[in-house]
Amino acid sequence: MALFEINNLTKRFGGLIAVDNLSFSIKKGEIFSIIGPNGAGKSTVFNCINGLYKPEEGSIQFKGENLIGQRPDQVAKMGIARTFQNLELFAHMTTIDNLLLGRHLHMKANLGQILGLNFRRSKAAKEEITHRRKVEEIIDFLELESARDQYVSNLPYGKQKLVELGRALALEPELILLDEPAAGLNQEEREEMVFWIQDIRDQLGVTVLLIEHNMQLVKGISDRILAISFGKKLTEGTPAEVLNHEEVIKAYLGEVV
Amino acid sequence: MRLKLKQDYFEDIELFEDRVPIFWSVVLLGFLFALPFFVKSYYLTILMLMSVNAIVALGLNLLVGNTGQISLGHAGFVAIGAYTAVLLTKAGAPFIVSFAAAGVVAALFGILLGVPSLKLEGPYLAIATLAFGLAVTVIIGRMDFLGGRMGVSVPKLSLKWTGLKYDTSLYYLIIIITILLTIFTRNFVKSRIGRAFQAIRDSDIAASSIGINLTKYKLLSFGLSATYAGLAGALWAFYLGFISPTNFNFILSIMFLATIVVGGLGFVGGSIMGAVVMTFLNIQLENITDVPILGSLIEKFSEAFMMHSAISNVSWVFTGLILILIVLFEPMGLYGIWLRVKLYWKTWPF
Repeated sequence: MALFEINNLTKRFGGLIAVDNLSFSIKKGEIFSIIGPNGAGKSTVFNCINGLYKPEEGSIQFKGENLIGQRPDQVAKMGIARTFQNLELFAHMTTIDNLLLGRHLHMKANLGQILGLNFRRSKAAKEEITHRRKVEEIIDFLELESARDQYVSNLPYGKQKLVELGRALALEPELILLDEPAAGLNQEEREEMVFWIQDIRDQLGVTVLLIEHNMQLVKGISDRILAISFGKKLTEGTPAEVLNHEEVIKAYLGEVV
Repeated sequence: MRLKLKQDYFEDIELFEDRVPIFWSVVLLGFLFALPFFVKSYYLTILMLMSVNAIVALGLNLLVGNTGQISLGHAGFVAIGAYTAVLLTKAGAPFIVSFAAAGVVAALFGILLGVPSLKLEGPYLAIATLAFGLAVTVIIGRMDFLGGRMGVSVPKLSLKWTGLKYDTSLYYLIIIITILLTIFTRNFVKSRIGRAFQAIRDSDIAASSIGINLTKYKLLSFGLSATYAGLAGALWAFYLGFISPTNFNFILSIMFLATIVVGGLGFVGGSIMGAVVMTFLNIQLENITDVPILGSLIEKFSEAFMMHSAISNVSWVFTGLILILIVLFEPMGLYGIWLRVKLYWKTWPF
């Protein structure tokens, strides 16, 4: 059974149809990529899943539950984490605080319990320590040690991308949405990103849905690819099938005159 | 160079990093508690005023510095707290009840004012809060059972059991409450809820996509911030002994905002520093005409360019000047300067 399923999704902005009757499904443990030229509606799909946009038609199901009409925080609670194309980090906070925020849903301390934070044995302090330990594991995993106590705004772009990835991982999601994880990275960083994404699936068992423009990256890591153009599905299948598909080549390179 | 290597995660959330701040905190506490035995009660009243302002600043900083919202109406919450406390004390309630009620009632109004913040941002929100602040004083001025515009005298607290002078007991009461609230605020900022506030400030889209309920936390921020103002209002009423709507005018709201900007937005230490410095400046600048040479010059300047015989305007010119300088040269405020000095000292001679 599919872990995640989109059926006949349509999102309009006034007269513009950003996503047009789109359907696809993702199996548990897959790395699934969406490709398409600029303006194809890839990020709009993410925003619909995540609850930032409300689609006009169609359904989005995650583990059999409907996602449409849920707020972003409710979607996060159901086990879907995401990153953003143009980094949405908490820039005036340190790396560790950014990652700790990823643990927000797993922490429970209320206003009253916070009073006890000064005492090692208090509930709030114990919880805080447990989750700090968890966050250190993510720092180890993504090799972010050097950035640990730095303000995120002072980090190089590649590191910021990793912090955002780490924050999403801190949610311990079942499905992670990566919006152009390799955009703006240099060759070396891009190759590293491939490893992280594979590790996320292989070691942490998280299903990955990603949007990417870099075809080499997409080809290397995807189990299946969905190609869209102007909000419509072009084709869907294994990397070899999709990247050699006539329509896909036409969408990217234009027609031979 | 002193470098401390942390060995366990608790050290990340401890109140004091090492022994040095513990030492200085003890010194400061000792000083504050010994003070009534050495100085005239005039100086105690200054410290009380600083403390009350510090409480408002702590709350306002949570809202503005941490959550990234704005309030130009905080004097309104202070007024609500003050009048609630006075009404209940007159009805015979003990201090703890009227004090807590001041916080609760202000919190309710805070949550109410938080509702527009769900839709409005920046200047629009500023105007909404401004309107609230103005409305509160006008409405109170119209309520005869609150003393109307003439004001109302505040019954004295029964603090005889302490065996100290009234002023001294009140001083201790206010200082202790301020210290407790400061520690609570600091814990709060380090907690999951405090971090959620900052997340909303930096990026509300990202905050909601990691599971933070924006509605809940924005309202909480307004409510909590108003609670501080309400509690401070109660203390202020007991400290003043007489309150009227004009005590809580628009200028006071601006003053609170200036306090946290000067102190350092988003820093607990900044709220305290800002309150101490701004209160001190306000009091000192009112006596500026007593300064030799400069005083008479300022008086002439004031009469020529500002309102006639309204020398207190000068203090506002200085306050404005300080604000501009801080925003230009040290956006992190006094606390930012303090952090820099600390870093220099720690890493000396590098």
